[in-house]
Amino acid sequence: MGFDVLVFAEQRGGVFKKSAFEALALARALTKGDGAVTAILAGNGVEAKAADLISRGADTVVLADDPALERPGSILLSRLAQEAASSSKASLILLPATALGRDIAPRLAARLDRPWIAEAIEVSRAEHGISARKSIVGGKAFATLATVGDPPYIVTLRPGAHPAADPDPSRSGSTVKLSVASDPLDLRAKVIDLLQSAGQTIDLQEAEIVVSGGRGLKGPENFSLIRDLADALGGAVGASRAVVDKGWIDHQHQVGQTGVTVSPKLYVACGISGAIQHLAGMRTSGCIVAINSDADAPIFKIADFGIVGDLFEVLPIMIEEARKMRAS
Amino acid sequence: MNIVVCVKQVPSSEARIHIAADGRSIDPAGVELVVNPYDEYAMEEALKTREKFGGTLTVVSLGPAKTEEALRTCLALGADRALVVKEASLLGGDGLGAARILAETIRSLDPDLILCGKVAIDVEGYGTGPAIAEILGLPHVSVVSKLEWKDERHLTAHREIEGATEVVELELPAVLTANKGLNEPRYPSLPGIMKAKKKPIEEIGSSALSVDPSLVGAAGARVATESLSPPPMRQEGRKWTGDGRAAVVEVLRLLREERKVL
Ligand SMILES: Cc1cc2nc3c(=O)[nH]c(=O)nc-3n(C[C@H](O)[C@H](O)[C@H](O)COP(=O)(O)OP(=O)(O)OC[C@H]3O[C@@H](n4cnc5c(N)ncnc54)[C@H](O)[C@@H]3O)c2cc1C
Ligand SMILES: Nc1ncnc2c1ncn2[C@@H]1O[C@H](COP(=O)(O)O)[C@@H](O)[C@H]1O
Repeated sequence: MGFDVLVFAEQRGGVFKKSAFEALALARALTKGDGAVTAILAGNGVEAKAADLISRGADTVVLADDPALERPGSILLSRLAQEAASSSKASLILLPATALGRDIAPRLAARLDRPWIAEAIEVSRAEHGISARKSIVGGKAFATLATVGDPPYIVTLRPGAHPAADPDPSRSGSTVKLSVASDPLDLRAKVIDLLQSAGQTIDLQEAEIVVSGGRGLKGPENFSLIRDLADALGGAVGASRAVVDKGWIDHQHQVGQTGVTVSPKLYVACGISGAIQHLAGMRTSGCIVAINSDADAPIFKIADFGIVGDLFEVLPIMIEEARKMRAS
Repeated sequence: MNIVVCVKQVPSSEARIHIAADGRSIDPAGVELVVNPYDEYAMEEALKTREKFGGTLTVVSLGPAKTEEALRTCLALGADRALVVKEASLLGGDGLGAARILAETIRSLDPDLILCGKVAIDVEGYGTGPAIAEILGLPHVSVVSKLEWKDERHLTAHREIEGATEVVELELPAVLTANKGLNEPRYPSLPGIMKAKKKPIEEIGSSALSVDPSLVGAAGARVATESLSPPPMRQEGRKWTGDGRAAVVEVLRLLREERKVL
C-alpha cells in the first residue's frame, strides 16, 4: 500500500508561510516514491498560487477559493481539511505548528477520531504508522512517539525543523476544487480584524536570524541597539521575559518557555543571563552568540561564540561591522 | 454563568528533569509540581469573569492523585468546585483521549465559558482546548491575550498569531485558551488557603463519564511514547574578553566563513 501525504499549506494574504514549503519537502521525502503528495490551499483569490505548491513538491492541489476564506476560522478550515483527507486517503496529514495549524490539528483529530502529534521536529515512517520526535518539558528532554492503529495520522510540524526544497518549475500536477459550505458554528467565532504588530516585519518563529535583548539593556530606549543589529543582520527581534514584563517590548517578542520557541540558524543573545526558561525557547538554534558583561553568565555554557563585554560598547561595533559586511 | 477551568499539574519550569529507568518517562523524584503557568492566566480570567457576571467557577483536572494539590491551589484562589479524574484506567492516554475525558466531564456542568491554558509546558501539546471545543461542538479562540466583554454572551478576544494580533468576535458558549499577557494572576490569600482545606474535591469516575473505554487511558492511546532522550549536549564554545572590536570582527568572520549563517 502506498503512503500518501496531505499538507495544509498555510498562507496569509496570498503569501505562503515558509512552513508550507518545509512540510511539502518532508512529505515528498516520506512518500519514498510510493505515494502522492496533496496540498490544501484555502483562501480568497489564491488560485494562481497553486503552481507554487506544485513546484515545491505537491502532485495535487486541493483548492478552496472563496470570499469566506479571506479570514477563515479554524472550524471552517478543519472541516475543509477533513473533506480533503477523506478524498485523498492520506496516511499522514501535515500541518504547521503555527497559531493556525495548532488550532486545526486537534479539531481535525477529533473529527476524524485519529490521534495527533504536536510540534514534531522529525517524522519518519515506521513499520506500523509513523514515528516522530519532539521536545517536551521546555526542551529538557526529547520524546520519540509512535502511532498505534490505523491512519490517517495528524502531525503539526515545527517551523524550521525540516528544510524546504527549491522550487522545481518542471514539476507538474493537477488542481482539484473544493466547494465551501458554511455552517452556523462558523459565525459564532468571527475574525473581524488583523492588527499588524508595530515594528516587527519578520516572523520571529520563521526567522533564520534572531537578535534578542535582555535586562542588560538597562532601559527601553536602548532596544534600538537590538533592532539595529537585527536590521544589519537581516533578522527578527526577540527578548527575554524580564524586559517584556517591564513593558520595554511587546510579549510577541518573548522567547522562552512562556513565549515563542525559535530555532534559527543564528541566535544572538545580548544582555540575557540564560535562565532555564529562556533556554527552553532557543537552545535548538543552529549557532548561538552571547554578549554579556558577566563571564560566568549561564548563557555562555550553551553559546558557540561568547563575547564578554559591555553591550553598550560591543553592539555599536557589531552593528557597524555587520553593515560593512553586508555592503561588501 | 457556568465557568470551567481546565488545570493541569506539571513540573515547575525550574525543575531539573531526569529520565526514569524505563527510558520512557520522567523520573518524578525531586521534581516540584505546580499549576501549569498558562492555567494560572486561565484561572485569573475565570475569577475576573465571575466577579463581573456572577456564577459558578469549577476547576477540572485529569491526573494522578497528586493533581489534587493543583486543584487545592485553585480552590484557595476562589474556585467554587473542584473535580478530579484520577482513575488509573483513564490516565496515560494520548491528547485526544485526555480531551475526550475532560470534554465529557465538562459537558455535565452545562458550561458557558471554558478556559484552558495555551499549552501545558510538560507535553507541549497546544491542542487540548481546541479539541475540547470540537468534541463539545463549540467555537474557540486560542492564545488569547485580551478580552473585551460586550455583554454576558458576547465578547471580543485578541489572539496572538505570528507577527500580528487577530481580533475575534465570539458568542458563548465557547472555549478560550489563555496566553501570557491576558492578566496578572493573583496569589491565594491566607484565609483562602484555610478555607480551601475544607472544600471537597469531587472525584469523577469512569462510570459517570460517557466515554468509550477503548479510546481513553493508556489502553486506548494511539500515540505511544517509545523513548525519551536528554537534549543534545551543547558544548561551551569559544569566548573572547578584552578587545571588543577584534572579538566582533572575528565572530562575524566565523559566522560567515565557518558557520555560513551570514
Ligand atoms: C514560569 C516561568 C516562566 C518563564 N518564562 C520565561 C520565558 O519564556 N522567557 C524568558 O526569557 N524568561 C522566562 N522566565 C524568566 C527567567 O527565569 C528569567 O528571569 C529571565 O529570562 C531573565 O531575563 P534576562 O536574562 O533579561 O535578565 P537577567 O537574568 O537579569 O540578566 C541580565 C543579564 O545582562 C547582563 N548585563 C548587565 N549589564 C550588561 C551590559 N552592560 N552589557 C552586557 N551584559 C550586561 C548581566 O550580566 C545578566 O547576565 C520565566 C520564569 C518563570 C518562573
Ligand atoms: N490532564 C489535564 N487536566 C486538566 N487540564 C488539562 C490537562 N491536559 C491539558 N489540559 C488543559 O489544556 C491546556 C493545554 O494543554 P496541551 O494541549 O496538552 O498543551 C492546559 O493548559 C490545560 O488547561
